[in-house]
This record gives sequence, C-alpha cells and structure tokens, in this order.
Amino acid sequence: MLSGLSSHLPVILVVLPLIAAPICVIFRSASLAWLIALIASWLCLGISIFLLEQVISNGPISYLLGNWPAPWGIEYKVDVLSAFVMLIVTSIGAIVMVFAPKSVQIEIPSDRTYLFYTMYLLTFAGLLGITITADAFNLFVFLEISSLSSYVLISLGAQRNALTAALRYLILGTVGATFYIIGVGLMYQMTGTLNISDLAERMPDVASTKTILIAVGFITVGIGLKLGLFPLHVWLPNAYAYAPSVVTAFLAATATKVAVYALLRVYFSIFGINLFSALPIAEVLLILGLIAIISMSTVAIYQNNAKRLLAYSSVAQVGYMVIGIGMLTITGLTATILHLFNHAVIKGALFLALAAVFYRIKSVKVEDMAGLGKAMPYTMAAFVAAGFSLIGVPSTVGFISKWYLILGALDKDWWLVAILIVVSSLLAVIYFWKVIEYAYFKNRPDGATEIRDVPLSMLIPIWVMVGSNFYFGLNTNFTISAAMKAATSLIGDAP
Amino acid sequence: MQLPIELPGLLNYWMVIILMMSGFFVVISHGNLIKKIVGLNVFQVSVFVFYITMSKVDGGAAPILDDAIQNYSNPLPHVLILTAIVVGVATTALGLALVVRIRDAYSTIEDDEILEQERDNA
Repeated sequence: MLSGLSSHLPVILVVLPLIAAPICVIFRSASLAWLIALIASWLCLGISIFLLEQVISNGPISYLLGNWPAPWGIEYKVDVLSAFVMLIVTSIGAIVMVFAPKSVQIEIPSDRTYLFYTMYLLTFAGLLGITITADAFNLFVFLEISSLSSYVLISLGAQRNALTAALRYLILGTVGATFYIIGVGLMYQMTGTLNISDLAERMPDVASTKTILIAVGFITVGIGLKLGLFPLHVWLPNAYAYAPSVVTAFLAATATKVAVYALLRVYFSIFGINLFSALPIAEVLLILGLIAIISMSTVAIYQNNAKRLLAYSSVAQVGYMVIGIGMLTITGLTATILHLFNHAVIKGALFLALAAVFYRIKSVKVEDMAGLGKAMPYTMAAFVAAGFSLIGVPSTVGFISKWYLILGALDKDWWLVAILIVVSSLLAVIYFWKVIEYAYFKNRPDGATEIRDVPLSMLIPIWVMVGSNFYFGLNTNFTISAAMKAATSLIGDAP
Repeated sequence: MQLPIELPGLLNYWMVIILMMSGFFVVISHGNLIKKIVGLNVFQVSVFVFYITMSKVDGGAAPILDDAIQNYSNPLPHVLILTAIVVGVATTALGLALVVRIRDAYSTIEDDEILEQERDNA
C-alpha cells in the first residue's frame, strides 16, 4: 500500500507544523515566519489531499507511533471522515496564509508578528492532530494544544476587549476540556483502554452502566463548549469579534468544525448508534439545534458589528450541524458532514472579506461600511456572493447542505423541523440585508477619505474562497460522495 | 507503610467530588479573575486525583519489572495525568498572563467592573 516516506505521511502531517512553530521563534523575523507558515500549510494541504485519495481508493490507513502495536501504543488513523476534515483545515489554512501578511501588518504590532505565525502553526497542528488521532486521551492533548494557542491568537486583537474575550474563552474552554477528560477517565475505568476502536469493541458490555452514561454526559458538555453548541456558546461572539481579522477567518472556518468532528467520533466511533436508545441525546441535540438556528439568527439581526453578526450566525450554523446529528440517519449525517465543509468555505470567504474591509476603513461596524459597494467593488461583491451561499441560494454550497438537511427532516416526516430550517434561512436574509443596505444603498459619509479596493494578494484568496462556494455548489460529486461515505462508515448499516 | 486507621473505600472519590464542585463553584461565583483561575486549578486537580485514585490497586506496589512484585498499580493513568498537569500549568500561566494584561488595560481585575467599562464604551 504505502511505502517508504509516504507511509509516514500521517504523522508528518502533524509533526511538520509542530516543528515549524519553534523554528519561527528562533528566527524572530516576521517575513521569514510567514514564509515558514505558508510553506508548512501548503505542504500539509498536499499531504491531506494525497491521504484523502489513498483513503477513498484503498480504505482506512492506520499508523502506529514508534511502531508500538495499537491498543498499547498511540495509533493514528485516517478514514474518509478524518481525511475530509483534514482537507477542510489544511485548505483553509493554506488560503488564509496567502491572505495574511498584509492584514497582519496593520492589526498586529510588528515585534509580535512572528509570534502570531508561531501560534497559528500550533493551532494548525493541534486541529490536525484531533482529526488524525485514534486515541481518546491523545485527542484531549491536541484539543488543548489547539485551544491554548487559539486563546493567544485571540488576545492579539488590537482592542482591550480582546484580552477579556480570550480569558473568558480560556476559562470556559478549560472547563470543557476538563469535562472531556473526566469522561475519558470514566470510560477508561470501565474498559481499560483508550484506543478508539478498542473502546468501541469493549463498549457494548458496559454500555448500560451508569458510569458510561455519566461519561457520555461529561463528554457531550465538554465538546459542546468547544464547538459553541447553544447555550454553551457565550464565549464565541466576543472571541470572534475582537480577535484579529485573519484569526477570526481561520478559527471560524476550522475550530468549531473540528470540534463537531470530535463529537461525531465519540458518538459514532466509540459508543455507536445504540447509545442513542439509552439516552435521549439525539432529542436534546435536535432541540438545542433548533433553538440555536432561530434565536441566534434573530440575535444576529440586532448586531452593529459585522464580525459579531457573523459570529452569531456561526452559532446558528453549528445548530444546523447538530440537527443533522440529531436525525441519526445517513442523510442527516451527510448533511452535517457536508455542512462542515460548506460552512468552512462560506465563513472563510465572509471573514476574509471583512478582513479586507478592516484593512481599508479600520472598522467593521455596519454603519461604517456605508458606500463601500462603490468604493471597494470587488471585495463587497465577494462578500455578497458568499452571503448568498450563507443564505442558501441555489447553485451555492449553502443550498446543498440545507437541501440535504431538509431532505433528512422530510424522510422522518419532521415537517416542523424543515419549516424552521427555512425560517432560519429567511432570518439570514434579514441580517445579511442589513450589511448590503449600508454597503450599496448609502453613500460614503462626507469628508471620508478616498479608498481604493484592496491589493490583489488579498483579493485572490477571497475570490478563490468565493469561487469554491459556487464550484462545489454546482459540482457536488466530490463533496457529497465523500460526506456520504463518511456518514455510512459512522452509522454502518443501521437505518 | 500501614496507616493507623483504615480509610473507607470511596473516600477518595468523595474528595474528588468535593474538590471538583468547590473549584467549579469558585469559577462561576467569584468576580475576581485571579480567584477564577485558582478555582479552575482546584477543578483540574480534582480530575488528577480521580485518575490517580482509579489506578491504585489495593496493596499494589510500584510497577517495576521484578519477580518479587506480583501485584502492582496501573501506571498508565499516572502518565496521563503527568500530561494533564503540564496542560494545566500552561493554562494557568496563560490565564495569569492575560490577567496581567487585563489589569494594565482596565486597571481592575474584578469582572463586574470590567463589564461596566466595556458597557460604557460600547
């Protein structure tokens, strides 16, 4: 199958950014650090594309760290789902890094820029580690690597609110991670193993014990805090609003997606579908998801800060993913996994466009964006195009995932759920219209300085991201077949 | 070494729960950011105690490869907790560093005073 160097690719994927990070610190040069981060991100993108191809044609790849056999040593495992999420993380990272230098230049003090790239690389390594590891405790370690470095990234924001946002995220994030290890500890107590497939094998014997049910509760709340599951999302809006623009674009597109992946892993790869008959988790997730998509979209309408507006919309979008899990059908899970990818390209494009806006007018308040439709035509056109995708206009990726979600709801005869999904899309039209109204139907205030559109090095990444919104919206073969395969492997043959 | 009195079997687990709940309570109820971080620490330590307790085997020795040792405690959770302690130290260090920066920026570390300042500026 794989031989020579290529057999070590699963571990290189994580080790590469992990080693690149301290190298950035050694050189202390902003431009060199950027170059290292850029090269590492693109290499990782190459590796994850290669791994995805391998997995689709040859089945799962298992890699033993230090060649210790699986239940004792730590195992890395690449299957379709993890390769798919890896592809999301690495492609967003690669595109954001192309965009980054100009935006970072004006938002982060130049003596700290190299630290920004270091922290980015650590977050990147942590997120990839979560997707690739097949060890429940190792997952916790990577979760904390990515979280700790993302607290630092958020605190680099220019306003002082960034500091409090980072600290609040730190406190809730640590509580979440600690809840997760309590859950893992309880599972270890009952099964004596930490390897995910080994856990899955031993789980049926003990599945109905109270210890395991409590473990499920702890893990659900723990990961729920990380993914911004309503009502555990309180850290998210401020963290996204006050972080440097590039950081918001990267984290919004990847961090919550990887947390959803971790939740899927724990639910379906460890506990299996029978878990849901023992505990009403699916119902709880469904209800929380429905509340999230309606209430958070409504809250988004009243926001004045465009980044905050999109942050609330992100909580709503997580709601869609959770609803998909709550359906417990292949169609529902396909919608969830599709939406991981689709939401990443939507929010990546939107937040990058906002980063470009901030680059020119030093503000992302909706009122300050008045008249930008004329002043920055290419950036705002990208913003609007990505917004269509967020709303779910046909021919965009946003439409595809909502289509599958509604299909899944109708399969189960859940008319109310389908209607609420449509209502929430209409709410998205309202909050999105607010930005369009200011940008296109109001004039720049008198005396405002002349501004030009942003340079090509920013426009190209934005339009690549917007382009993929439409490309994968029209040409859905790749994403849907990968998501379907991943969903089938999670649920197995169950209905 | 023999303890003068025998400890009831579940005592450690009760300690875990008491530590966990008091730590969590401090995190939620206290407005002082330093106290919040202390609470977070107590909360994490309870989990360390939990892991170490569950790996202890009654009368078990240290896990050393020696013919004389037949009954030994499980070393794995100890190792896991070493990792978790490192994570905990990193979290505390970062949290305290943030509190220092917050004090510089707001000249207070009381949560409600910070919120008030943020509301005034909004």
